[in-house]
Amino acid sequence: MYRNRLRVLALIQKETSQLLRDVRNLMYMIGLPILELFLFAYAVSLTVYHLPMAVADQSQDQRSREFVRALVNSQYFDFTLTAQDEAQVREAIDAGKVKAGIVIPPDFSTKIENGNASALILLDGSDSFSVQSGYSAAAMIAQDYGLDLALEKAERTGGQQASAVEGSSRPITNSFRVLYNPDFRDLWFVLPAILGMIVQMAAVAQAALVVVREREIGTMEQILATPTRPLELLLGKMVPLLVLCYVILGIILGLGVLWFGVEFQGSINLYLCLALPFILASLGLGFLISTVAKNQRQAQQLSTVVMLFSMLLSGLVYPRNSMPLIPRLIGSFLPLTYFIRISRGIILKGVGMSALWPDVLMLVVYSVVVMAVASLNFKKRLD
Amino acid sequence: MMNRFAISAKGLVKRFKTRKGPVTAIDDLSLDVLPGETYGLIGPDGAGKTTTIRVVLGLLTRTSGESSILGWDSMKDTYQIREHIGYIAQQFVLPADLTVMENMLFFAKIQGVTPDEQKKRIPELLGFAGLSDFTSRLAGKLSGGMKKKLALACSLVHEPEVILLDEPTLGVDPVSRREFWNLLGNLRVEKGTTVFVCTPYMDEAERCVRVGLMYGGKLIANDTPANVKKRVTGELLELAPSNLVLSREVLDCLEGIREIQTYGDKLHVFVDDAASRKAQIASALEANGIRHDELRRIEVRMEEAFISLIRRQTKSSLENHPLEVKQ
Repeated sequence: MYRNRLRVLALIQKETSQLLRDVRNLMYMIGLPILELFLFAYAVSLTVYHLPMAVADQSQDQRSREFVRALVNSQYFDFTLTAQDEAQVREAIDAGKVKAGIVIPPDFSTKIENGNASALILLDGSDSFSVQSGYSAAAMIAQDYGLDLALEKAERTGGQQASAVEGSSRPITNSFRVLYNPDFRDLWFVLPAILGMIVQMAAVAQAALVVVREREIGTMEQILATPTRPLELLLGKMVPLLVLCYVILGIILGLGVLWFGVEFQGSINLYLCLALPFILASLGLGFLISTVAKNQRQAQQLSTVVMLFSMLLSGLVYPRNSMPLIPRLIGSFLPLTYFIRISRGIILKGVGMSALWPDVLMLVVYSVVVMAVASLNFKKRLD
Repeated sequence: MMNRFAISAKGLVKRFKTRKGPVTAIDDLSLDVLPGETYGLIGPDGAGKTTTIRVVLGLLTRTSGESSILGWDSMKDTYQIREHIGYIAQQFVLPADLTVMENMLFFAKIQGVTPDEQKKRIPELLGFAGLSDFTSRLAGKLSGGMKKKLALACSLVHEPEVILLDEPTLGVDPVSRREFWNLLGNLRVEKGTTVFVCTPYMDEAERCVRVGLMYGGKLIANDTPANVKKRVTGELLELAPSNLVLSREVLDCLEGIREIQTYGDKLHVFVDDAASRKAQIASALEANGIRHDELRRIEVRMEEAFISLIRRQTKSSLENHPLEVKQ
């Protein structure tokens, strides 16, 4: 045991010195995440403004006009078409003339007084961003009026009659999103996910490269000719990278809070604790790649594939519950998929373990399995 | 019986799978190295020397046969072997971004050398390798010869009973090469370490107690340098003719000439009897208008012996079956 510990410590020491000595690589590893954050923050906008809207105001009273004005004033909708009824609104969406439509039933003012008013909003279901933004914006405004808003996603289907998806119209009493992102700040919503994305990218790529590089330069042969066990070797490489990932996490989190003004709702300690299984799982995935990749280029390529899948399938941009089975399955092999929920939960909603434990459990299981497979797969020999 | 041999191989075979089909890198190789011996595995590039050393070390799997170090099986007892051997791989492969001292400490700790032992041995080894003044220099910034000496010092830090060196003096200047071999000599005398060395340099082979000549994955000779040289029959004449190509053609037709090798502007001619053939060669060359210096009889060196043995091997294998392409 003493010898095992000595070896692991020696390997950690070696890896740390090498990591710190390669200043260019270190700057790259820390600089790139910061660049990514700023690109995402300033270049990517998920909210869609100025959706062209058809209005079927069957009430034509003061309150209904006020409500329409409020929708327009929110900047999310532009009043571009007047319609008579729901059918005409559907037609307009179907023809692609508008992206949204609102149907206000007769006696709107009276019903508002009585507290039982409702309105129907129709959104072009072929554009998920419009649906998400328009849906939340309209719901927020509707709340001020104390009315029930019914949503229908109208699917544009060529020349056919637009049909309602997800069954019948469903009333919106409150919007999930409005609760924790009242200002519709994209970055607030995106940052917790981007944070995970950036950390996972760094972890996977570095873990894969650090092993493959060693094999490529030839130092691996010299180390393999010593009594070092594969698991010790992986541990020695893991610890410095784990610290590095936490540094990156800290920098991004710090920038998010101090620069972009994201309010951290939950417990920071819990967040840092739960980042551990996530980082370990990501490093494990990188080590797994290193056992497959023959050279640095292949390692880089495979980590790019992981990154691509993470971008699209982890729930970072596209909601996972609307994905077909196979992409969703692929997504569940990514540590990021689980961490995004943890990250959003803690940062935006301030939830605790009671809500997060299924994802945490998955990450713990994931990291143990992936590390075990990687060290079993790790080539003790050169062929 | 356990430790009768420091290194032993019996009927060792290693085949690599390649896209063009299997390639036999080691072909039924058997050799034994006695404890305390300096054994040189010599042969041209691609003969299978590196593969042999890697298989014996357990860095590569073997296809069939047996191999062991200090009685431990190369495949099964890999970790016991690795605690008792030192190894220098072919390329310089110590972490280049660690200093001399960091490298020494790293390998000491990896080999489980206690701190007390480290304090004693590391300065000793640095002194032995002549690196005492360079402890804080990055390994990558050392000269070629110093890198090899550092690699040697690192591989000795746990006082191994056997060290295996794969072309340790490749790309090293002649002075450093000599120094390196003097270090190996000291090691053998002072600690009785068994040294197994692969080298393409024939002058280095002469410094070994026994040598194995490897060619095309096979061991074509396995003996002391003196005995290997004795296997080349006949006597050797050296001359520097004015026209090398024509001279070879002329001499090829003469009787009593066994083999001709070219060294720069010189020809080395193996003959059955030097005294009687000297005059024949001289007159044949003059008849063809080739000027030449005086014919000298010289001692057979490893180099001539080696080339001669390889030629013989190639010829016989060509007769039996076409020459295989070896990796």
